[in-house]
Amino acid sequence: MAATTAMPVPRSGISPRPPFDPAVMLVAPAAALMVMFFVYPFAYGLLLSFQPAQGGVFQNYIHFFQTQDLWRTIGNTMQLALPATFINVAGALAIAYATRIKGPYQRLLSTLLVVPLTLGTVLIAEGMLTYFGPQGWLAQALRWLHVYEGSIRLTHNYWGVLISLIITGFPFAYLLILSYITGIDPALPRAAATLGADGWNRFRHIYLPLLTPGLVMAFCLSFVQAFSVFPSAVLLGSPGGTTRVIAIAAYEAAFEQYDYSLASAVAMIMGLAQLAIVVAALGLRSMFYRGPVTGGKG
Amino acid sequence: MSTHTDNHNPLRDRAWRALVWGVIAFFLVNVGMMILAVATNSVATRWLGTWLPEAYTTGWYLSAWKEFQLSHVLVVTVVVVFSVVFLSLLIGVPAAYTLARKDFRGKKLLTLLFLLPLMVPPITYGIPLATVMYQLHLAGTLPGVIIANMIPALPFVILVMTPFVEQIDTNIESAARVFGANTRQMFIYTLVPLLAPGVLAAGLLVLVRTVAMFELTFLVAGPDTQTLVVALYYAVFAAGVRAGQSVDAMAMIYMAITVLWLLIALRFVNPTQLVSRVKEHPVKG
Repeated sequence: MAATTAMPVPRSGISPRPPFDPAVMLVAPAAALMVMFFVYPFAYGLLLSFQPAQGGVFQNYIHFFQTQDLWRTIGNTMQLALPATFINVAGALAIAYATRIKGPYQRLLSTLLVVPLTLGTVLIAEGMLTYFGPQGWLAQALRWLHVYEGSIRLTHNYWGVLISLIITGFPFAYLLILSYITGIDPALPRAAATLGADGWNRFRHIYLPLLTPGLVMAFCLSFVQAFSVFPSAVLLGSPGGTTRVIAIAAYEAAFEQYDYSLASAVAMIMGLAQLAIVVAALGLRSMFYRGPVTGGKG
Repeated sequence: MSTHTDNHNPLRDRAWRALVWGVIAFFLVNVGMMILAVATNSVATRWLGTWLPEAYTTGWYLSAWKEFQLSHVLVVTVVVVFSVVFLSLLIGVPAAYTLARKDFRGKKLLTLLFLLPLMVPPITYGIPLATVMYQLHLAGTLPGVIIANMIPALPFVILVMTPFVEQIDTNIESAARVFGANTRQMFIYTLVPLLAPGVLAAGLLVLVRTVAMFELTFLVAGPDTQTLVVALYYAVFAAGVRAGQSVDAMAMIYMAITVLWLLIALRFVNPTQLVSRVKEHPVKG
């Protein structure tokens, strides 16, 4: 009888209910922390959003979609986050593909491209305000070269926030996509080359299908980052106008109006809007190739 | 038949390559100039409308250090960051081991639970989390800030560590079992040494991410528990009261710290091996 043996023995058959393995308990502290400080606050926030200070159960959500200053933040956020994510992922794909081959400068170049990750929003904001400012180096250089004499309007508006989203988001997308590209077995494109595929066709028919899952993942993670844009929208944008993003609305409701119920509702709407894009991206992914990225012999 | 199949359309290939390298150069030059502008301003006495400032001084670094109570902020940052790294590894590595090796009911649900915090923007769960923490009187305290920062850090450790565990041969664990090691002994004497590179990688990446984590710290920190990134934001937000050079000096200090850690991280972790690892086939003549 296997049930009475003290040592775990490999079973030949598949038992309907495997015996409880105490090692599974190793996952318990992590799960407990997540339940206590992620699931519980989330559920609490969801409930709180249905308990407005006055009015019916859905009053907060009705208020959100009836107040122009609130519902337009969804559009504002999408208009910033979607172009920024597309630019970052497309740019990162092109540049990671160009720098995929190990060379003497590959490591230096990839390090240089990743460094902006560490700059922090404030340094980027300060740098952009100084560099793109009316008396900054860019304006001076353009004037000196007689290329453009007018004033440069790249800060305190939509473009300022978009540029800062690209500077912070691109290195992240690049790092991720580079690791996916180098994970593809180089024997596959080489096989394609022997069959007569040129550079573009190798990319189009070998790399791109294999990269699709990674690209979707990079898109989702980049989008999450861009969607929660908050400090740069305040420091580099016009927080009252075109860059009044949904995170600002949620923050104002919570810490300026002290209406935690409304703030939770805004946070839930933010999560839903963001999740809708992620689910759409994952749904598109399932239409493409899924499978191993290594050759037949693994 | 020719084997030089690259030459179907050399002009198009060359134009494309020039475009890509042009974009790389444009990006690096502009970001570099931006950093240089901040660096120049942080050592400038007065800089208005000229190529370079009139004179240079290191006084802004000294005044930033005093004005923003940087020594206190740095102590808080170090305590928060290292606690987050240590606790996330302590809890995350065993969890990653279980998720990589064991099969149990509810595993899919658990995986989703660990993936969600990375997929939801920090503000979305940060606001309800801050509300709960204010009720528990955790907001504004060091433990509160540490816990809040662990919510994205712990799933990140699990996500990075699971593939590392999967590539360790199960026979090594069986051998330890045969020699009578219990789970704890097997963990300490066989798995931890084998996992050390992965643990180091995950720890350094969590460290870099936590130093830069703005939203969650911003939402739950009090005046005494601000980390560097939050203190920096408040310094700019209250601009006008403070000299711009002083803020720039502080931003440079922040950058120096994070760049240092990133370079250390990249020294140990090859970014190209983060997600999957494939042995490189030698190109045969």
